[in-house]
Amino acid sequence: MFSNGVMKRNKSPYLFALPAIAVLLLVMVVPVASGIRLSFFEWFLRDIRKEPVFVGLWNFVDLFGSENFQTSIRVTLVFTISVVCLELFVGLVLALLLEDGLPGLRFFRTVFILPVMIAPVVVGVVWKFLYNPSYGKINYFLSVLGLKEIGWLSDPHMALISIIITDIWQWTPFVFLLLLAGLQGIPSDLSDAARVDGANYLQNLIHIKLPCISGVIGITAVLRLIDAFRGLVVMFIMTNGGPGVSTEILSLHLYKTAFTDQRLGKASAVAVILLGIITLLSIIFITKNMKDET
Amino acid sequence: MTFKNRKRLNRFIVLMIVLVGMVICLFPIYEMVSTSFKYEVDAFSLPPKWIFRPTFENYRNVLLSNGFGRYFFNSVVVALSTTFFSVCTGALAGYSFSRFKYKGKKLLIVFTLLLRMIPPVILVIPVFVIWNSLGLANTRIGLVLVYIGLNLPFNIWVLKTFISEIPRSLDESATIDGCSDWMVFSRIILPLIAPGLSVAGIFTFRIAWNEYILSLVLTNRFTRTLPVAVSLFLTDAGTEWGKITAIATITAIPAFIFTFTAAKKLIMGMTAGAVKG
Repeated sequence: MFSNGVMKRNKSPYLFALPAIAVLLLVMVVPVASGIRLSFFEWFLRDIRKEPVFVGLWNFVDLFGSENFQTSIRVTLVFTISVVCLELFVGLVLALLLEDGLPGLRFFRTVFILPVMIAPVVVGVVWKFLYNPSYGKINYFLSVLGLKEIGWLSDPHMALISIIITDIWQWTPFVFLLLLAGLQGIPSDLSDAARVDGANYLQNLIHIKLPCISGVIGITAVLRLIDAFRGLVVMFIMTNGGPGVSTEILSLHLYKTAFTDQRLGKASAVAVILLGIITLLSIIFITKNMKDET
Repeated sequence: MTFKNRKRLNRFIVLMIVLVGMVICLFPIYEMVSTSFKYEVDAFSLPPKWIFRPTFENYRNVLLSNGFGRYFFNSVVVALSTTFFSVCTGALAGYSFSRFKYKGKKLLIVFTLLLRMIPPVILVIPVFVIWNSLGLANTRIGLVLVYIGLNLPFNIWVLKTFISEIPRSLDESATIDGCSDWMVFSRIILPLIAPGLSVAGIFTFRIAWNEYILSLVLTNRFTRTLPVAVSLFLTDAGTEWGKITAIATITAIPAFIFTFTAAKKLIMGMTAGAVKG
């Protein structure tokens, strides 16, 4: 009723949203649309002044037949699934341990956000140094413990694991913070009531705590999944996708197809596939969020 | 074992786990910072020298190296202007989305949420092509524009939530007193959402300061930012880890500052949306 009056009086709601919408159109919507269009064309970076040539679905056919692309899909799946599962598990265990609080919890929390705040490039540099075969500290610690030294980034079987370890280091604190906030949001009378009824810790965990935070766990998982699909900088710095293509995640495959192989059309086809995956995940995320909002 | 002792033991175990977690969390960062203050002999010596004679040589080399000042300046300018414009436009749109009812609003909100998920790498090729044709390639303005867009969805979302928490009766009484919508926004809403503005600001600054792949493609040696410079040091300097860790430490300074001055706000921003309340 009152807001109706305001609406009739002026166009300001549109004016307030206009700058944001204009920027989003210019730097996101138009580029994404032109990227999708480009995926149907053959266009080389070195011939960027020439017109792109229409090739229909050839780029996609080419991609699905390419061994590097298939490997890249596999690398992406292994990477995203393992980081999300491991980070959720470790984060949940930590959150359950620390939920009742500790002296100095605030300080620990502060320390835990540092890895998330630091630039991916810096993370890549630091871990490349730690993994260095001749003077890296990780192999040194292994040798102190009497274990065999490992070719972290040079061994094709280890390189992806090394990158997964780095990702776990960087992102588990984030998962931990989200889950801790979720646990602390559970009304305490729920657990108290269960305890009075004689539930032990495990029963309390399975029947009360986990169901209460299942929403938070789901959202955290989707957020991490989306981030894991986006990330490429750490790989770019540490291994550049190598050895071979053993750490070439989809987004890095996209970049290298465009700027190393110079095939802009084919790289756009990778972008379309990546976009499809992300959109699917986002829709899950948004429906979850919208449900909470109403 | 008595109940009290068991509780003590539990606490002790938990404390141990937390300490181990802290060491794992901090060691890589310690390694970076300490290496940047070491002479090369000390940096590479095994067993590691936990106590060493510190030196500023690496920092002097980095600071005096060709282009460093420019890259640092570019990073500051790009991050600050991205933050300013993205938070302003985000607040305006957040106000529009939270306070008015109009046709197509719900669609717009879902749309911005979808855009929030777009990975920067998807924008690399088309933006590179479009910016080249518009003459925006290799300019700081071009880079800032993309960064504003990348951050807008999050900012709109966070600021909309903050604005929705302000009671409507406040703006309604101001409107009755003759305030225009713009005056309501600038005089009443903006001051009240100051905490939200700083959350949005810190997150935007962090992304603009840390972003790598778009900056790599959209800038040249005059306009590139620090993260790109770090990666170039890595390839140029080869094994000069002292210099590399020094420039990496400099790049990480804002992260340190934000973490230790605004941890609470950071956690608020990170949990926004995922956790209610």
